[in-house]
Amino acid sequence: MTYGKEPVVEMQGITKRFLDVVANKNIDFSLFPGEICALLGENGAGKTTLMNILFGYYSCDEGKIFIKGEEVSLSSPRDAIKRGVGMIHQHFTLVPSQTVLENVIIGAEPGRWLLIDKKSAREKLIRLQKKFGLLIDPDAEVWTLSVGERQKVEILKALYRNVDILIMDEPTAVLALAEIVELFKTLKALASENRSIIFISHKLHEVMEISDRIVVLRNGEVVAERKTGETNVKELANLMVGRELLERIEKKEITPGERVLSVDDLTVLSDRGLEAVKKVSFSLHKYEILGMAGVSGNGQKELAEVLFGIREKSGGKIFIKGKELKDGNPHESIKRGIARIPEDRIDTGLLMDLSVEENLILEVHSTPAFQQRGLFNFQNIHNFSETKIREYNIKTDNRDAPTKTLSGGNLQKVILARELAGEPIVLIACQPTRGLDVGAMEYIHARLLEQRDRGCGILLISEDLDEIFLLSDRIIVIYEGRIIGEADIHQATREQIGLWMSGVEEK
Amino acid sequence: MSLSIVKRKPLPGWVKLLIPLGAILVALLFSAIPIVIARGALFKSYYYLFYGALGTRYNLLETFVKASPLILTGLSVSFAFRARFWNIGAEGQLLAGATVAAWIGIYFVGIPSFLLLPLTIIGGFVAGGFWAFVPAALKTKLKVDDVVSTLLLNYVMIHIMGTLLFGPMQQPGSSWPRSPAILDAAQYPVLIPRSRFHLGIPLALLAVLIIWFINDRTVFGYRSKAVGVNIRAANFGGINTNSVIICTALISGGLAGLAGVGEVCAIQYKLIMDISPGYGYTGIVIAMLGNLHPLGAMFSAFFLSIINVGAQTMSRMTGVPVYIVGVIEAVSLIIMLIFLLFTEYRLRWERK
Repeated sequence: MTYGKEPVVEMQGITKRFLDVVANKNIDFSLFPGEICALLGENGAGKTTLMNILFGYYSCDEGKIFIKGEEVSLSSPRDAIKRGVGMIHQHFTLVPSQTVLENVIIGAEPGRWLLIDKKSAREKLIRLQKKFGLLIDPDAEVWTLSVGERQKVEILKALYRNVDILIMDEPTAVLALAEIVELFKTLKALASENRSIIFISHKLHEVMEISDRIVVLRNGEVVAERKTGETNVKELANLMVGRELLERIEKKEITPGERVLSVDDLTVLSDRGLEAVKKVSFSLHKYEILGMAGVSGNGQKELAEVLFGIREKSGGKIFIKGKELKDGNPHESIKRGIARIPEDRIDTGLLMDLSVEENLILEVHSTPAFQQRGLFNFQNIHNFSETKIREYNIKTDNRDAPTKTLSGGNLQKVILARELAGEPIVLIACQPTRGLDVGAMEYIHARLLEQRDRGCGILLISEDLDEIFLLSDRIIVIYEGRIIGEADIHQATREQIGLWMSGVEEK
Repeated sequence: MSLSIVKRKPLPGWVKLLIPLGAILVALLFSAIPIVIARGALFKSYYYLFYGALGTRYNLLETFVKASPLILTGLSVSFAFRARFWNIGAEGQLLAGATVAAWIGIYFVGIPSFLLLPLTIIGGFVAGGFWAFVPAALKTKLKVDDVVSTLLLNYVMIHIMGTLLFGPMQQPGSSWPRSPAILDAAQYPVLIPRSRFHLGIPLALLAVLIIWFINDRTVFGYRSKAVGVNIRAANFGGINTNSVIICTALISGGLAGLAGVGEVCAIQYKLIMDISPGYGYTGIVIAMLGNLHPLGAMFSAFFLSIINVGAQTMSRMTGVPVYIVGVIEAVSLIIMLIFLLFTEYRLRWERK
């Protein structure tokens, strides 16, 4: 710890408003040389906004910023980089068709005029790689790299620009377990070279593992600051959400019933025509939550889309209650009693420009209660939507408000209300709480368990291990389109599931 | 100082109603520039622009006559655009409707006369619908871009018409591309004496009501709106998006076809190459000005009709060329698009 030293970054009284929303309220924040400081908070707590201000992306409405003792006014990321501040966003900004070297030097090419001195650039890059153990072939084209490798390229890009204050926005969100371990090694190496790192996250265990100091944000304010050695996960959780986090939801023991969904030798092609799902078989029972763990991009999306009815399979069979399901037809999936929570709420799940009501009736609008001979019965529709809004506690001005005005948690509630309306036999839930805050997350979890207790079979596709362990009765792990392991919840260990997720099979 | 564009808070609904009016007003103000350049006296020009369209009985009724095809093509385009079927082909669909209407009106001699007019109208509607069905089928089956296919089919239709008017449908003995006159029983009755106020005008207004009703009250209207807003989510929700697109195209094309029927059966009483001075393309302007709402289409069709009819008088009285109409049309469309942008975004000045 380096509290004795002068801070490299000092932000004083930072306030930032978006329209009516105060994203940052009078925040003081400082960063010391050689430390890894975690910025912890729920989604929407204001972490990313604060860092975007430091990175010159936004200008703050009030407050002062000092970098290395000097007051600065940052009007663009370029200004920030000049002063040694770099930021790596969740979504990378690399050119896929160019090589690692080209990506690293883009915009900061050495040499005069149009001549790029690639030789000296390469030497500098290799020096950096050796120093920090970020070994990637400089001539590999970026599209051939894995997500973890791409992140390394982003880090190299920042280091190449002599950045010594590195902001990382949720860097582990896209990484596999093994990649996270490597990232942490890199970050520690950087810190030991007296570079300072701000690590934005809402994952408690990670923050405990990597940081020296933790600053907790809630509703745009700093609510606490702790040395990592002097706090624990439980305290942090309380600070983050402002109340006791439920350690474990009440989950009744129910023996699973009859088989409601069975998938036999299912093979599915991805958009690029590759086999994304390879001869996958599993079954799902009444009163059961089957957790499908796995890092994103291992075929979960394609598998789910076949069950949703929006993608055609290329081989195998799917049965709902013993009767085969025709694929490639969403209407059929709905009719057969499959409730569907898509991974991509906004693009696939919702009609964002239409009203809450119009979204709620999407799947039931043609039932006799709501229309006769093609004419809507608005009385029944209004009753239905009012009931659902109340039942699911959807926070909206009224049923006619455009859906795009709702928050993420409420968007998911709209989908849930719509999908669970018909007492489904099977529920396919894809990343149902991704990007939601803890409150909304708990709500969704409670609803899923309620459905299970009612007798619905739930396939929970998630890369959040906490969620998988919290809800599942049985866990299967998907890796590169195959089911690589299966375990009962009582026998499963995080270590085992984690190994499976990174592709390590049992001997 | 720097200027940036940022999202704004959602505006209340009534602002949306004022936007087209504001756009029209601003466009009329801007038109002062070319009027002055053309050496027209400003107030006199504006006066005669409106007097010429609304000031006398005959001119007022003429404004209605001119509005009726514009209402129908505007309605056609807005109905299609609402479902994101980018129908740039109302012109071709209008010509298809006109051609079939003329064919029925000229050659269906044997059938009872009270059946002839309904048959002509239905024939024109179906023909227009078919001409929009082709690109809709191409879009849904083969993913052919609808902007391109609807636009190009306009030219195909012009050439089909030309082939017919120089061939089988040409008036015997004539060397011009014109057909024989349609039968009397196929003409739209004139409803107000000493004018050209014909059956097509109430029909166009009825179409506005029907489309309004379809949009707001029916399952189909809901589905086509859903398809327009997010076709992926609509499909996910179990809506058969292909059939929605095809039905939308059929209705959209049919409405444009009706505009063609009106021109043949109430104005020209025959088919000629110049049956439409670009009503189909003007329909796009009208649809955008009317914010894709049927009532909006009706009002903007009347606006364009007013300046078109009024410009004749203005030109006679002040010497400002009638082409001023094109300027007002274009400027009002541009202003409308700018206004629409600013319903979602606003400018922000920032001091650095």
